[in-house]
Amino acid sequence: MQYILPLIIAVVAAMVWLGLNALVLVYCERKFAGHIQRRPGPYEVGPHGALQPLIDGLKLMSKQLLTPDNADGFLFWLAPILSMIPVLVLFMPIPYGPVLTGMHVNLGLLLILAFSSFNGLAVILAGWASNNKWGVLGAARAVAQTVAYEIPLLLVVLTISFMTGSLDLTEITAQQSGHIGNWLIWKQPLAFLIFIVAMFGETNRAPFDLAEAESELTAGFHTEYSSMGFGLFFMAEYGYMVVICSICSVLFLGGFNGPIPGIEGWWWMLIKTYALLFVMIWARWTYPRVRFDQLLNINWKWLLPLATANLLVTALLIKL
Amino acid sequence: MGKFKEHVIQPILDCWSLIVGLKITGKYFCKPLITVHYPRQVIDDENLSTYGGHVELIGKPKDPAMPKCISCMMCVTNCPSNCLKLVKQKAPKPTPEQEAAMKAAKEAGEKVVKPKAPKNPLKFTYDYTLCSLCGTCIDNCPVKSLRYSNNMYWVATSREEMNIDLLARLKEQATEVSAPAPAPKAEAKPSAEKEA
Repeated sequence: MQYILPLIIAVVAAMVWLGLNALVLVYCERKFAGHIQRRPGPYEVGPHGALQPLIDGLKLMSKQLLTPDNADGFLFWLAPILSMIPVLVLFMPIPYGPVLTGMHVNLGLLLILAFSSFNGLAVILAGWASNNKWGVLGAARAVAQTVAYEIPLLLVVLTISFMTGSLDLTEITAQQSGHIGNWLIWKQPLAFLIFIVAMFGETNRAPFDLAEAESELTAGFHTEYSSMGFGLFFMAEYGYMVVICSICSVLFLGGFNGPIPGIEGWWWMLIKTYALLFVMIWARWTYPRVRFDQLLNINWKWLLPLATANLLVTALLIKL
Repeated sequence: MGKFKEHVIQPILDCWSLIVGLKITGKYFCKPLITVHYPRQVIDDENLSTYGGHVELIGKPKDPAMPKCISCMMCVTNCPSNCLKLVKQKAPKPTPEQEAAMKAAKEAGEKVVKPKAPKNPLKFTYDYTLCSLCGTCIDNCPVKSLRYSNNMYWVATSREEMNIDLLARLKEQATEVSAPAPAPKAEAKPSAEKEA
């Protein structure tokens, strides 16, 4: 019981955190896009359009749930759930503060990498079960992308765990405590850059949002999803964004440690995560979408060799 | 070495363009907004003057209610959308004195002078729903009697409303200009409401 109760609280908190993030990020994204294009963004619902995401959510929920003809109903509806549920697990081992950690796991990093792979499965199920050729094509592209970008991400994470000698996110954070110089971004700048690029690829964010590619695939794997079927994929995408930015903060930016010794807390983690999220949004409204072969070339010809070289050099230096 | 430069060095150097891109959008993010928040705000007159709305007539400098138009039909003939309709004025019936003069001139073998039709059009209508705002009518008008209006906030609820009587509009504009300016109200009313 002493383990289950905190876990239940953590799951509920993660659900709330996930929903809240989706709302806030949708609003931020639209406002950010507006200001980059020098227009006000949403403005009519609530003060400065603050209630717009809530109303959008309500609209989305009030739509009819449709299953396409000859679609595999079970798999079709399993896919969005399978996309959404693992996100909650991903929040568990992330240390948001010295006490604010959902579940202390020795293999936290491994758990995150394992459960985040469920997204690929959800995507391929969604595309295949839709009985729609665009869906299948979109799913094939999305999976090719996710699988490809997972490899450099994994190699980068491995580099960090080589350096810290741990897969425990709390332990990795603890090793970066003290002043700003202890943050691993200074020791692994290349790994940080690779992680940032792979982060865009993993979360299907522009300029790597090839899975959706509305001009070619009319939204790809989730073409046939209406109402909250689409809503769950949408929320999961924002959930993955928050997770990956949190992990980036933990691995490279010292997690909940402040830049000066003595000031640590969840707010540092929040500031760092949201700063990274804003970089993701900023990049989305700056860069054009790349072509699919370019996307895979960036990964196989650049990120993978660089990540491997970085890992080998790190291993060599540690051994020496 | 050439291939190495092309495939390795150049892509790394090109990464700088990514930073430049972020710098540009970052700068734009911090700049003030340029879109006005309609209907709470409207565009100022300076910007409105560059707006090309529907076509309208230009009045004579001395008589603003009378168009400069000479009913030459160049606009109607050249309009690719066939959205302009012009009815010319007919020559007035000659008075008995004029008739007598004409008869006398005819008998004497002189040139008969018939009363001439006024040059200004009798009717000039314009269907905005057909217009593509190409400006051919404006370009072809020999007396520069047509221009784009600044009627930006005009809203119509039916096709019929989009059929504009250009002569009536010119008269309306002339009386608006000659009428004394209305007393300032407590709250500025958006011009959209006025136009609607």
